[in-house]
Amino acid sequence: MIDLQLMALLLIPLFGGGMLAVFGARPWAAELNSLMSFCTFVASVALTMRVIDAGPQAAFNEQFFIDQFNVYLVALTAFVAFTTSLFSRPYMRIEQHHGKLSVGMLHLYYSMYQLFTFAMLVALTTNNMGIVWVAMEAATLTTVLLVSLYRTPASLEAAWKYFILCGVGIALALFGTILLYFAAERVLGQGGTALLWTHLNEVKGELEPTVLKLAFIFLLVGYGTKIGLVPLHSWLPDAHAEGPTPVSAVLSGLLLNVALCAVVRSKVLVDGSLGSHFAGNLMMGFGLLSLLVAALSLFRQKDIKRMFAYSSIEHMGLITFAFGMGGAVATYAGMLHMTVHSLTKSAIFFAVGHAVQKAGTQQMDNIRGLLQVSPTVGWGLVLGTFAILGMPPFGVFASEFLIVTTAMHEYPWTTPILLISLGIAFAAIFGKVQPMVFGETTAKPLPHPPALVPVFLHLLLVLILGVYMPAYLSDWYRQAAALLG
Amino acid sequence: MASNYASQFVNLLAALLLLVVFAMLAQRRILSMINLFAWQGLLLAVSTFIVAYSTAQHHLYYSAGLTLVLKVLLLPWLLHRLMRKLNVRWDVETLINIPTTMLVGIALVIFAFNLAAPISQLAEGITRGLIGIALASVLLSLLMMLTRRKAVTQVVAFLALENSLFFAATSATHGMPLVVEFGIALDVLVATFIFGIFFFQIRETFDSLDITHMEKLKDD
Repeated sequence: MIDLQLMALLLIPLFGGGMLAVFGARPWAAELNSLMSFCTFVASVALTMRVIDAGPQAAFNEQFFIDQFNVYLVALTAFVAFTTSLFSRPYMRIEQHHGKLSVGMLHLYYSMYQLFTFAMLVALTTNNMGIVWVAMEAATLTTVLLVSLYRTPASLEAAWKYFILCGVGIALALFGTILLYFAAERVLGQGGTALLWTHLNEVKGELEPTVLKLAFIFLLVGYGTKIGLVPLHSWLPDAHAEGPTPVSAVLSGLLLNVALCAVVRSKVLVDGSLGSHFAGNLMMGFGLLSLLVAALSLFRQKDIKRMFAYSSIEHMGLITFAFGMGGAVATYAGMLHMTVHSLTKSAIFFAVGHAVQKAGTQQMDNIRGLLQVSPTVGWGLVLGTFAILGMPPFGVFASEFLIVTTAMHEYPWTTPILLISLGIAFAAIFGKVQPMVFGETTAKPLPHPPALVPVFLHLLLVLILGVYMPAYLSDWYRQAAALLG
Repeated sequence: MASNYASQFVNLLAALLLLVVFAMLAQRRILSMINLFAWQGLLLAVSTFIVAYSTAQHHLYYSAGLTLVLKVLLLPWLLHRLMRKLNVRWDVETLINIPTTMLVGIALVIFAFNLAAPISQLAEGITRGLIGIALASVLLSLLMMLTRRKAVTQVVAFLALENSLFFAATSATHGMPLVVEFGIALDVLVATFIFGIFFFQIRETFDSLDITHMEKLKDD
């Protein structure tokens, strides 16, 4: 049963990729893309219900493993991928209308979009640390041509940087995986099971600590490049700013989470083996540095998508810090923050995408008076900004509050860094968004009605999570936090 | 006795592998760099074959075959074809300061051996001490990526990095599980195709394959 459900989850996007590779140039390709994403979402919901009912399960000869932690990311990924496909339908039509994209480019976009979803879902559900690597690399490969979709000099440069830097990063992660296998085969023996996370987790106390220490450094640096941790982040703002906005939304909202999931899995093994807090401390350090550097960089930004890309680095830093602290409350808060960040950041990118289309530029100095020309896009951006800055009553406030209070309790010296960074980020983003939405405008109306349902749907969910956390959801998160220890 | 010979032979191949990486680091001509890459693949395939033979790990024969087909024949052939199509076959790259690069390379090798020393203690059999060489060639390939200014040579450096990692996998662990190795090989192949597409896009846009044109994106 679980095999079938998992197969549905993985095969639908793979099949969708194939279908769109054939039919991607047809006028109804956008609808087909949304339909496939919707089916994937339904499959993820079915799988989620099952795992919540019956607990962690292995499938396909233990090659796949689903517990409360990764099934929550599966559901989130499938949901945001679905809403982004809804958003991309009118967005890409408008881009086409503006002459920025041709039918051939859209063809590539639709089929890669499905394959990207497939790669992320494999990376999340697989039990094999080697396949995690293969799927992460596949996720890069499917998005790299999407970043350069516009074929402008800037987008080519961004895509090249993304490809080379993430390629190097992921190569280091492979070395880490090899070291992990080296340590594991001494305990588990040669062959297939020595890279399976569930088996490693059972014997983590016996794994050679010196090897695992080195392995974790390589894994953290490797997958950390993907998460966008400072100082390995330089590809991220470029790729997010130059690619089409739906791609920025899924890169920011989803791919970063998937990479972080791989790091968290490794951390569980390494700290279990060392019996210390070595991996957690490293993650806390990288997290704090990313938070601080990204917050300081926000002031210098002139491009609206670049600014929100830096905001993603800031939030990923905060989440990495939370998982690094470990313990039930911090892990719970980290997972909640992952959820609300994904929802809010993709909603912001949706609103920003339409705002940029109206203003005809990504330069914030030239975007003015959004509320006047289109109240819905303007309010979407304002509310999204409030949410991402951690204003109550949005869910980001709840998770940030939990993270900061836990840090105060466990590691008091980090509190000033956290609070100052969050304060700086608030001042920078709020100061730049405010003139964009108020005042007089030069923006033009759009040739197609914008997609605003996804924006407000996401913000509504974030609001609900902030005001009222359903009991089953918090139970679910608590179980997942317990699994990660 | 046989395993003793095998061990010495693999060690010899490892030393040659490191030498090839150094040669690539100093090579100015793009074409020669691709040929060196093919030689590196051949050394890798032979060493994998010997490890497979002497440890009786049958799945390593597949790895050796895969390496031979993919890294000695297919990828160099693809790169040669690209060179011809892009008409950059005889291009020479201006490298800054080869002696300094070499010195940095030597420092990296020493660093790698030190880093790998505690791990080598744990390794058994014929592969002992090879982890240091593998790590050294990983770091040298990274250095190569930093010093190169042409898109094509950066990609060759990237593939050399992949080769070093593969060598690390066979020498330290007698190869990863086969499904993982196939996945990695597939990724490398797809990546090379995408790199090829990129070359054409880059040349079309910038009229050259120099990546110095692509340092315009800044924060302000």
